[in-house]
Amino acid sequence: MICFCGRKAVYEKAGNALCKEHFIESFEKRVFSTIEEHSLFKDAKSIAVAASGGKDSTVLLYLVKKYTELQKKQHSRNMTLEAIAIDEGIKGYRQETLDFLKSFCKKHLVYLKILSFEEAFGFTLDSAVKKLGRRYGPCTMCGAFRRTLINKAGRGYDVVATGHNLDDEAQGILMNIFKSNTGFLPRLGIRPGAVHHPLFSTRVKPLYFCPEKEVFLYSFLKGFQVPFTECPYAASAYRDIPRRLISELQKHEPLAKEKILAAFLNILPALRVSVEKKEILACSLCREPSAGKVCKACEIKSAFVASGQ
Amino acid sequence: MKVFIEKEKKEKHLVFSGKVSGMLKKLNIDASEALVVREGEVLLDSDEVSGDDEIRVLSVVSGG
Repeated sequence: MICFCGRKAVYEKAGNALCKEHFIESFEKRVFSTIEEHSLFKDAKSIAVAASGGKDSTVLLYLVKKYTELQKKQHSRNMTLEAIAIDEGIKGYRQETLDFLKSFCKKHLVYLKILSFEEAFGFTLDSAVKKLGRRYGPCTMCGAFRRTLINKAGRGYDVVATGHNLDDEAQGILMNIFKSNTGFLPRLGIRPGAVHHPLFSTRVKPLYFCPEKEVFLYSFLKGFQVPFTECPYAASAYRDIPRRLISELQKHEPLAKEKILAAFLNILPALRVSVEKKEILACSLCREPSAGKVCKACEIKSAFVASGQ
Repeated sequence: MKVFIEKEKKEKHLVFSGKVSGMLKKLNIDASEALVVREGEVLLDSDEVSGDDEIRVLSVVSGG
């Protein structure tokens, strides 16, 4: 297929074929439009990107950096940008992506702050899985600790951008429906979190409308050399079920993901009304936000300690 | 043709001539989760591959 400019296409969707240069231009335009139209960085003076060294957050970091530079050049607007990464302590997995992230940040002059489970909680994810793997799934533990650390670190910035893409969100919607976690649905969205509270950092998802394959294609065409690694616990992730289901649906409805997202965005305001009066508690142990008396991270940490060091 | 499948970290020898979509089907790989590359150039599902081609099938899905 040929791009409208006459060059060979590297991308095709619904009859729209684009060459490398025009795909890159169109992708960047979409992300910058998302930032503008949804006022994701409105009034922000300090931005953090939650980075992992994977393709999504690498693309995000690069584009947020480009956006802040454009803002400075075109509107004399100054915004600081830093990257926050979490080292969960997963042997044979995280080190490679962190090494890549360190060199990427160095090359693009972005300050990188690395926080670790071991420093913050006293143990690695590997040791938690070893001790508590029968009681809590690896992704449940990892999610609880990551959320706590990113939220805590994120309060030091006006906004924290995460690399969630369209596929992540469509899977998240179905995942919460299948698990009957309807209370979590209002927390999704381009500005996650249903309730505003001083204990919550402000989070945004600039890649919200970008399908995963397009994020990957952008990363590839830009030559980012993101290492391909797989978390050893990924096989146990529930997310794989909605991913497969959506993939099947796409064979009959190519825009399945986009339609799931569009339908969800239509009902999200109503879902948020249902929870906006919900009281946010501070965990009695760590004082971080919690739905109950003790937050999930402290619950797991207590179980770890109780099981013997 | 030689096909390197990144997700499996394996190289396979395949007797095939036709569209990329057909090659992926033969390899039992979901086209929405793969990016196909020949000599550094991205191929579309409708592009043709054959005989002496050396192909890389990259995994789009994050492993985290």
